[in-house]
Amino acid sequence: MQPTRTEGPDYYHKVVDCQWACPAHTPVPEYIRLIADGRYDDAYMINWKSNVFPGVLGRTCDRPCEPACRRGRVEEEPVAICRLKRVAADNKSDVGPLMPPVAAKRNGKRVALVGAGPASLTVARDLAPLGYELVLFDGEPRSGGMIRSQIPRFRLPEEVIDEEVGYVTRLGGVELRLGQRIESLKGLLSEGFDAVFVGSGAPRGRDLDIPGRKEAAANVHVGIDWLSSVSFGHIEKIGRRVIVLGGGNTAMDCCRTSRRLGGEEVKVVVRSGFEEMKASPWEKEDAIHEDIPILNYRVPKAFTHENGRLTGVTFEIVRAEYDDKGRRNLVPSGEPDEHHECDDVLVAVGQENAFPWIERDIGLDFDRWDMPQVDPVTFESTRKGVFFGGDAAFGPKNIIWAVAHGHDAAVSIHRHCMGEDVHDRPPPGFSLVSQKMGIHEWSYDNDISLENRHRVPMLDKAEALKNVRVEVELGFDSRLGYAEAQRCLNCDVQTVFADNLCIECDACVDICPVDCITFTEDGEEADLRSRLKAPALNLDQDLLVSGALATGRVMVKDEDVCLHCGLCAERCPTGAWDMQRFTLEMTHAEQMGGAA
Amino acid sequence: MTYIAKPKLHHPALTPNALGYLRRDYEGSVSTLCAGCGHDSISAAIIQAAYELDLPPHRVAKLSGIGCSSKTPDYFLGNSHGFNTVHGRMPSVLTGANLANHELIYLGVSGDGDSASIGLGQFAHAIRRGVNMTYIVENNGVYGLTKGQFSATSDRGSRSKKGVVNHDAAIDMVSLALQLGATFVARSFSGDKAQLVPLIKAAIRHPGPAFIDTLSPCVQFNNHAGSTKSYDYVREHNEAVNRLDVIADRKPIEVDYEPGTTISVTQHDGSVLSLHKLAEHYDATDRIAAMAYLAERQAEGEIVTGLLYVNPDPGDLHGALGTTDRPLNSLSDAELVPGQAALDRINAGLR
Repeated sequence: MQPTRTEGPDYYHKVVDCQWACPAHTPVPEYIRLIADGRYDDAYMINWKSNVFPGVLGRTCDRPCEPACRRGRVEEEPVAICRLKRVAADNKSDVGPLMPPVAAKRNGKRVALVGAGPASLTVARDLAPLGYELVLFDGEPRSGGMIRSQIPRFRLPEEVIDEEVGYVTRLGGVELRLGQRIESLKGLLSEGFDAVFVGSGAPRGRDLDIPGRKEAAANVHVGIDWLSSVSFGHIEKIGRRVIVLGGGNTAMDCCRTSRRLGGEEVKVVVRSGFEEMKASPWEKEDAIHEDIPILNYRVPKAFTHENGRLTGVTFEIVRAEYDDKGRRNLVPSGEPDEHHECDDVLVAVGQENAFPWIERDIGLDFDRWDMPQVDPVTFESTRKGVFFGGDAAFGPKNIIWAVAHGHDAAVSIHRHCMGEDVHDRPPPGFSLVSQKMGIHEWSYDNDISLENRHRVPMLDKAEALKNVRVEVELGFDSRLGYAEAQRCLNCDVQTVFADNLCIECDACVDICPVDCITFTEDGEEADLRSRLKAPALNLDQDLLVSGALATGRVMVKDEDVCLHCGLCAERCPTGAWDMQRFTLEMTHAEQMGGAA
Repeated sequence: MTYIAKPKLHHPALTPNALGYLRRDYEGSVSTLCAGCGHDSISAAIIQAAYELDLPPHRVAKLSGIGCSSKTPDYFLGNSHGFNTVHGRMPSVLTGANLANHELIYLGVSGDGDSASIGLGQFAHAIRRGVNMTYIVENNGVYGLTKGQFSATSDRGSRSKKGVVNHDAAIDMVSLALQLGATFVARSFSGDKAQLVPLIKAAIRHPGPAFIDTLSPCVQFNNHAGSTKSYDYVREHNEAVNRLDVIADRKPIEVDYEPGTTISVTQHDGSVLSLHKLAEHYDATDRIAAMAYLAERQAEGEIVTGLLYVNPDPGDLHGALGTTDRPLNSLSDAELVPGQAALDRINAGLR
């Protein structure tokens, strides 16, 4: 096959599984090394630059990096990347002086940001240092969007939100207009902004229209609205017996919040099987840990009520059947319906976008699902100068996606305001730098830790359930943080191979602890994959294939389970292998130039 | 050498052998040899062979002398018995150990200095006595530990790294072994595991003195133009007479090759060596022909590799001496010290 093309940023970026999986492409191994080194401020700032909310995300991120983590393919569990981010946030000193300075002069451009959640705040973060005047509107009295309204305080303390929102609003040129809900985009556009960014989230919780809903309305609550009321202190109690309907992360937040507001018998009931639930596995674990049973394959049929008061929910019991295409159908099991008594029900069966405030005659097109048509690269709508991001753009996702959208939208807004083509976006920059310090010395710690994943210490359960505002996870201390950081395989330190230096002595093949390297006759990829020293069965992972060597053979390295221990490079007598650190410089608005 | 131990984590697809061990379980400590040393590849080949043969590590004794090669037993079979002897004396210590307990599998590892210079006499006598062992010489044609002097196997006319020409004739260990009566003689190359691993496996299964001369380039002192033991030179002049494909406990099914190109040699213990012939007319069971062929090709500057000679029904030292069937450490005091009456009987028999 053709020798692997490693010229652009993509090949080596993809090897850094965590960074590749992160929507914002946070340089994970780099900040983990800094944490191991006790350089918490630097670790924090690397995160801040790429994901804006390290303290928030270190507690709440959906962590797409962790299922991708190479460590999870070599032993049982991935590195606890998310909670390491929190270690940096918890242990840093005053990072105020490290923040970008307020722009020396304004550039005269005004941008309206609808919604003061993570997407809009990211846009503000990227544009404020360039001298923009940014006006954030939000219907709620506090900034932060869903970070503040939907994530319970026992998972994310108020101070963390205030601190990290504060870093953005103090950048200069940022004006918060809270409690001011935008009711008309047409009206907003008439105010003469140079651009408008819509980061208003997916604020509408889906309801469940089944018999008894109206009659029992006083005790049936829509999950995200209820969570928001709890967050803002409007609700402080719930009944003793609570049923939460739904299997996503909102359902998990609802049931755990209920346990802290007087719910003693709280259960989650889902339509699907336990495994297919949308909630992250760790969120399910946390709920179960707080004595909340999760009952599956039960479809709610009716709310039962007496004298205008909810008495319970009736469920039809179903089972999963799969058709020839592997699609799942829930079919009645034939068992008699079940009735579960309760005092309150929380409905957490999904949320959706709602744009009643956007007029349909302003050149902003909606698709057949009544969602605005948004360009997935530029985040621009069909109306020039109006951009979307976060849940408002493509439906409910999560904070880290909102941040990634914000960065990309900020690039577009900057191009737009400078009168340039929003499609003209430079690719990310990257560099590869040798980490060799001596014959057997590297600038990173290549001795692989054999420790298993460390558990995050938790507050005692009885204590935690007493107060909805007491954080339940205590976070790693610096000692545990160090131990967990050492589990990182440093996948950004790349094995770079130079064909012309190789003498085919096999030293790398012999030393490689995970049998990644093979010298063999060339062939097509599928054929090569089958006859390597260890078969390369993970097709998601690339092969690094050299050009023809002196014997006519090629070197093939399967990236799949490489430990990045550098032993191939240590045992290489000619320096054909070298360990080089890959650094990716994402394209943010600040790299684009053009600031006034 | 490397500063870190080889990480214990291994490829998830590794499969255990019949004893439940992974290949990684046959490793030793991390090598302290120079980067790129051919000896490390030989260690890896021994590890692979031991894993594939399902060798119980505690039934293997590895013995060596002094030199780069003789350090290597530390780098493989970390759970086997080991004896690092005086320079050049590995063959007699191995012979003694074998006499005391013939039930262990003996692996002698030596170098061109250890076996062709100081230990040449020891090598010769262990071979001619027919000790059941696998004797591997890691032959790099240079004294690496003392920074690059010619060794006794350096070819006449080859040049040192500094450009000095070697005037002395080379000792060819393979020819010696054939002459001295080794019943399994092979030559291979550290850079060709596809050839080397089956040879080591066959040698270990061979119930007599098995000798493998393994060319093993010294990257530090003997891998330059003008050397005849460099990676490039050996690759260019390597003439494999056959490829040992299968070692099975029963007759293999021969379907891969054209008729007449594969021969099978059934050894005394029932194991079958399936040899795919690469050189036409080469017969690996004809010792005299092998010696003639080697001399002829050597004169042409070629390095003949492969299984050069095998006697499928060899004898060994114990058979010749009529020793006890049981290891000495399993004999009781009564058997070891039969008493005055037994001694008198023996003496009477000698009058």
